[in-house]
Amino acid sequence: MPGIYLHIPFCKQKCHYCNFYSLASLKYRDVFVNALLKEMHLRNDYLQGKHIETVYFGGGTPSLLSIDEINRIVIEISTLFHLDSQAEITLEANPDNLSPEYLQALKSRTAINRLSIGVQSFFDDDLRYLHRVHDGNHARKAIEAAKQTGFDNMTIDLIYGIPTLTTEKWGKNLSLFFEYDIPHLSSYALTVEPKTALQVLIDKQKLKPAKEDETLSHFEILLDQARQHGFEQYEISNYALPGFYARHNSAYWLGGHYLGLGPSAHSFNGHSRQWNVKNMKQYIESETVDRIVLEKEVLTKSQQYNEYVMTSLRTIWGCNAEHIQNVFGEEYVISFRQKIHKYVEGQKIVQKGNRFTLTDAGKLFADGIAGDLFVDKG
Amino acid sequence: MENIRNFCIIAHIDHGKSTLADRLLEFTGTVSKRDAQAQVLDDMDLERERGITIKSHAIQMDYEQDNKKYVLNLIDTPGHVDFSYEVSRSIAACEGALLVVDATQGIQAQTISNLYLAIEHDLEIIPVLNKMDLDNAMPDEVKDQIVDMLGCDEEDILEASGKTGYGVDKILETIVSQVPSPKGDPEAPLQALIFDSVFNPFRGIIAYFRIFNGEIKKGDLVKFVNTGKEYNADEIGVLRLKQEPRKVLRTGDVGYIISGIKTSKEVKVGDTITHVENPCTTIIGGFEDVKPMVFAGIYPTDADDYEELRTAIEKLQLNDASLTFEPESSLALGFGFRCGFLGLLHMEIIQERLDREFDMSVITTMPNVSYRVVTNKKETVEVHNPSGLPEQTYIDHIEEPFIRAQIITRTEYIGPLIKLCLDKRGELKNQVYLTTSRVELTVDMPLGEIVFDFYDKLKSISKGYASFDYHISGYRPAKLVKLDILLNGEPVDALSTLTHQDNAYGLGRRICVKLKDLIPRQQFDIAVQAAIGAKIIARETIKAVRKDVTAKCYGGDITRKRKLLEKQKKGKKRMRQVGNVEVPQQAFLVVLRLND
Ligand SMILES: Nc1nc2c(ncn2[C@@H]2O[C@H](COP(=O)(O)OP(=O)(O)OP(=O)(O)O)[C@@H](O)[C@H]2O)c(=O)[nH]1
Ligand code: SF4
Ligand SMILES: [Mg+2]
Repeated sequence: MPGIYLHIPFCKQKCHYCNFYSLASLKYRDVFVNALLKEMHLRNDYLQGKHIETVYFGGGTPSLLSIDEINRIVIEISTLFHLDSQAEITLEANPDNLSPEYLQALKSRTAINRLSIGVQSFFDDDLRYLHRVHDGNHARKAIEAAKQTGFDNMTIDLIYGIPTLTTEKWGKNLSLFFEYDIPHLSSYALTVEPKTALQVLIDKQKLKPAKEDETLSHFEILLDQARQHGFEQYEISNYALPGFYARHNSAYWLGGHYLGLGPSAHSFNGHSRQWNVKNMKQYIESETVDRIVLEKEVLTKSQQYNEYVMTSLRTIWGCNAEHIQNVFGEEYVISFRQKIHKYVEGQKIVQKGNRFTLTDAGKLFADGIAGDLFVDKG
Repeated sequence: MENIRNFCIIAHIDHGKSTLADRLLEFTGTVSKRDAQAQVLDDMDLERERGITIKSHAIQMDYEQDNKKYVLNLIDTPGHVDFSYEVSRSIAACEGALLVVDATQGIQAQTISNLYLAIEHDLEIIPVLNKMDLDNAMPDEVKDQIVDMLGCDEEDILEASGKTGYGVDKILETIVSQVPSPKGDPEAPLQALIFDSVFNPFRGIIAYFRIFNGEIKKGDLVKFVNTGKEYNADEIGVLRLKQEPRKVLRTGDVGYIISGIKTSKEVKVGDTITHVENPCTTIIGGFEDVKPMVFAGIYPTDADDYEELRTAIEKLQLNDASLTFEPESSLALGFGFRCGFLGLLHMEIIQERLDREFDMSVITTMPNVSYRVVTNKKETVEVHNPSGLPEQTYIDHIEEPFIRAQIITRTEYIGPLIKLCLDKRGELKNQVYLTTSRVELTVDMPLGEIVFDFYDKLKSISKGYASFDYHISGYRPAKLVKLDILLNGEPVDALSTLTHQDNAYGLGRRICVKLKDLIPRQQFDIAVQAAIGAKIIARETIKAVRKDVTAKCYGGDITRKRKLLEKQKKGKKRMRQVGNVEVPQQAFLVVLRLND
């Protein structure tokens, strides 16, 4: 399962809801790519020689990279790490970057074998509300071109709960998606994160806030439609046809190890998490000073347990009492069983043997339930 | 003895007492450059953070003038009206007072009230015009005000700046020449006044005293007259930046005594210390016990911490005799204490000190003043808690405490300020022009009306220019009703208040609206209602949470999200379950937050 995440922190413009680290200027592009290659050298023992099964170009907007830059990066990875020949190599892309020529080159000249397209909506007014660069037409063109080029393994993002998105439009977004016959969907409720433009604009009443009722009904429609089309909701916000689960993202929820490269990227090796500085200037300095500025956190047993509960509960695999027993011990499994009981009774959780998964009703309260199951000690 | 000078610094809040004290300590070399920091005497964290003095602080300085050595005992006092009793104690230990007036602000309400306290004790008053370094200082105008008030000569007013140190030399000279040295008979039996006490976790209770007659030696067997308790003077000494032990202290000296006193009740500020053998025949006129006028319940957030809370409050009381408490219980909150405070600032400070110094997380309930209930049988019962009210049928009438307030303001704000007072059920008693542009208003008002937001409103209406001082003037009958708050139909006794019947509807509505803000949404709808007796007068609904799940949970989100959930879980622990509703601490103080 080990993977490498690359954070490409550039965007043409910032979306209102975005809380990722990304710059709306390409000024540092060249130095950044050099620094990224340098970081690989500095940290090539982090995964201790394990086979790399997934590579993920995230961001930011990785589709702003040129074919040559993508190749330099992938080649460097394959020289410094054991890159599995069957590795899943995903590129996040913005629709407006995906010209037929670019797609063709990606397909024939790079190792990218999976595309994740940031569609969000097929309607212009929603995209304007979100302050995306692209419009609905870009979105459709990009998907069609990608399919024509032969990218079968593809996913798109769709956001629901946007105030401009009526229930009817949401239904249309979903049916378009299913018509395109794409095997994977990531779909998120619009979230107003602190310190984003969206939060400020809503506070100042320049933008409408989302309505909870509508968000909930969008979610219900989504679950229903996904089921009808044979999609499995293998994580709260991720849906796929059998065999098309995102391997890279699944690793996050199954406790897999990963190396995160680029500013703000997170890494995890089972017991410690570390994250690079969220600062381009400091990051590119690593080129000259041979040192990555990062913060590190060693997880205590109870923190590891809390993360396990929090992430596993969101997935189709659920939270496994036997796993808790084996990894964390008697004390933890007792607390788990005691606390989970009332949710099973309240039909927020279903139990199958040692496996506990959220029901549809429970999915709406995943955070509250996880928090309640947490143990709090040092 | 003729080389001793005991004086205090008094002023309106923020006029620069503590800063001026810094300069005096610096000039006399009492505080070395290394120890120097702004307002060095404000040694509580809370004082430093808030930039205000809460407790009086005594310190001794050495000073030489005309080849003569002097010992100067300085007491810095607080300016806030809640702590005016600290000023009166300090005054009792002194022969002189520096009356500090901010040259940009002029005479304010506490300038006058503190001055009167000092005059009452025959203190020699040295007027100091402070903050002369500021461009907007108005020396001529403020000097006129001082001359009017004190009847002194304009030349007697010293100009100074606590910021630059300007005038400090002159102040010291004047203290030596004007403040009388202590009188008293060194040969007479020991007679010393306890004017303050502090609690030290390692040494127990330390009493601060001023000797009026006789002397005390280390190891002496002494008696505290009022309590009748006897002690060995294990350690005595003087108050420098740190306490410095001495073998003997004499008439006129200010010092401290450590004698293994364990409980706060044994040390009464105002008590007289004398020797067991050869005691003095008269005691020094003490002070009236400060009487708290604002009451609120204090409950441990975690019900298991009740005993710990008692210990903590007892310890706080060692430092702060004005805090009173008695056990009480609440249906909503279990066991706790009804505490009496001097005012809301005092209440806030106690709550904060419990948290900081004792790590005690507490819930403070709706504050109220002390009421007198006159029963049908014409008995008078003092009630500190609305839920302690006798049955309506036994009540003849209720009386509430009234204050007489002095408000000093620039003339342009008279109109709105009088309106504010009338809205608060005040009666204008007098209106005197201090100068052509400044007026003193005298107003009688119910204390219950000024406890909450009066001061803030006064400041905002007058753009900060009006100042305010008050004292309790008595009790008057009032048409009060008990306003209850219900959560999902259950009355929450900790949220009940007594209020004037004309205000009840408006207050009920505002409380419900604010509670809707303060109580987080839960798994079910919560009805928030206000009621008078059986009659519901306001209602709000807190809608159930319908969704509690974050959209994204990838690599970078995991730590952040875990921390967030862990934090929320901690926050939940600080909530109180009332019926099936989880109520956060701050919701119990809803009345204080109506204007937020
Ligand atoms: N410019 C100037 N500022 C001063 C002077 N004296 C005090 N200040 C400032 O005025 C503010 C209040 O000063 P303090 O010394 O804390 O006032 P205080 O009278 O002790 O206040 P309380 O003890 O709370 O009543 C602080 O911000 C000081 O820095 C002065 O002479 N000049
Ligand atoms: S494209 Fe993605 S990373 Fe860039 S601003 Fe929009 S949401 Fe943020
Ligand atoms: Mg002060």
